[in-house]
Amino acid sequence: MRDGDQTRRFEQLVLPHLDAAYNLARWLTRNPEDAEDVVQEAALRAFRYLAGLRGESARPWFLTIVRQTCYTWLRNNRPPAEVRILDDDGFDLVAATAGDGGDTPEAQVSRIEDRTLVNRLLAGLPVPLREVIVLRELEELAYREIAEILAVPIGTVMSRLSRARARLRADLVRDLGDAGHGL
Amino acid sequence: MDCDHARSQLPLRLDGALAPEAAAALDDHLARCPSCRRACQDLQTLSAALRGHADRFTAPTALRSRVLADLAAAAPRRRPAGIGRWSDFGLGAALAASVMLAVNLTLAPSRPPAGPMADQVISAHIRSLMEGHLIDIASADRHTVKPWFNGRLDLAPPVRDFEAQGFPLVGGRLDVLGQRPVAALVYRRRLHVINLFVGPGDGTAGLDETGPVRGYTVLHWNDGGLACWLVSDVERAELIAFARLLRSPPPAQ
Ligand SMILES: [Zn+2]
Repeated sequence: MRDGDQTRRFEQLVLPHLDAAYNLARWLTRNPEDAEDVVQEAALRAFRYLAGLRGESARPWFLTIVRQTCYTWLRNNRPPAEVRILDDDGFDLVAATAGDGGDTPEAQVSRIEDRTLVNRLLAGLPVPLREVIVLRELEELAYREIAEILAVPIGTVMSRLSRARARLRADLVRDLGDAGHGL
Repeated sequence: MDCDHARSQLPLRLDGALAPEAAAALDDHLARCPSCRRACQDLQTLSAALRGHADRFTAPTALRSRVLADLAAAAPRRRPAGIGRWSDFGLGAALAASVMLAVNLTLAPSRPPAGPMADQVISAHIRSLMEGHLIDIASADRHTVKPWFNGRLDLAPPVRDFEAQGFPLVGGRLDVLGQRPVAALVYRRRLHVINLFVGPGDGTAGLDETGPVRGYTVLHWNDGGLACWLVSDVERAELIAFARLLRSPPPAQ
């Protein structure tokens, strides 16, 4: 009886977030098959630890497990440089947001309407920056929830988001520069 | 409010995370500062582009059913009357047959001794046939078995199913050979159990054969930096045929 309850609880609480889980895993592993393997493993772990989910929202709880499983996979399958820990303290939030915002030509930012370009820019971010963008812009999680998933203070989430956005803008400018005079 | 402070608060403003007074102060600055206003638009455009144009992948149906299958397997279940999974009878019968065979052959007159490693492989095979030791992860789906080894071993064994050729995948477990952890993949041939052990490569070229010793044939080869040992009490010719399948290049994805 209790086992049936646990399965039903999993189906009600965790299963609705399978898309979010797959999206995160897909963006972090950048490979459809590996993302499936990671999510499957994470779902099984979530099922086993389901008793540990009490009261809090299931989505950040499940995504925490998915992210940890992704990192284990990345450590085993990718060069260490790709998952290195960011030096959050060494990053100047004000400089990142103040520097180039007003200088990016309007025309270039509007070019970001292009789907292929957006995907390439996001995929090109280092993993720790890519994941905050995926969680914030694609999954639309609150800062507080992202902080919970990453196990970092909210201030760190904000600074990583700014850093990620600054990097995206810079890459966009560089990318369009490389592409020549297509505007 | 100076521009630096305004810029640092922009994301918060756009995310609705700013207290009302702070938001009012920022709006006031934006109304008077074209440069910060442009930075604000820039940020909005970037955010809208990501939300509107970056792929948001959805879980494939196959993944969903794999997860559901895992649940069914992971939840300790009461046995439904009259219905058994293959593990309840098919493998049970295979185990009973194999264990009996193992016991009989152990008592049989001694045969030529196997090499030390082949001996360990045979012992591990017999040990695996004891009740409850054969599989840690029961699944005929290689997508279930393969990721199970992630984080449990520092090597990734290739996992393939050969059901179509009469060697269905049954599951996997962790085992130990030569004091090293190895992956054990379990296949069936009719009522016989076949163990495929995969460990760190040892540079053996070609296919080594030991046996039949005590009724068991052991085949050994290296593949892509991994050492493989195949062991079973099936006919030698069948085990060799299976080894050939395992060593054949996987079909293109
Ligand atoms: Zn300003």
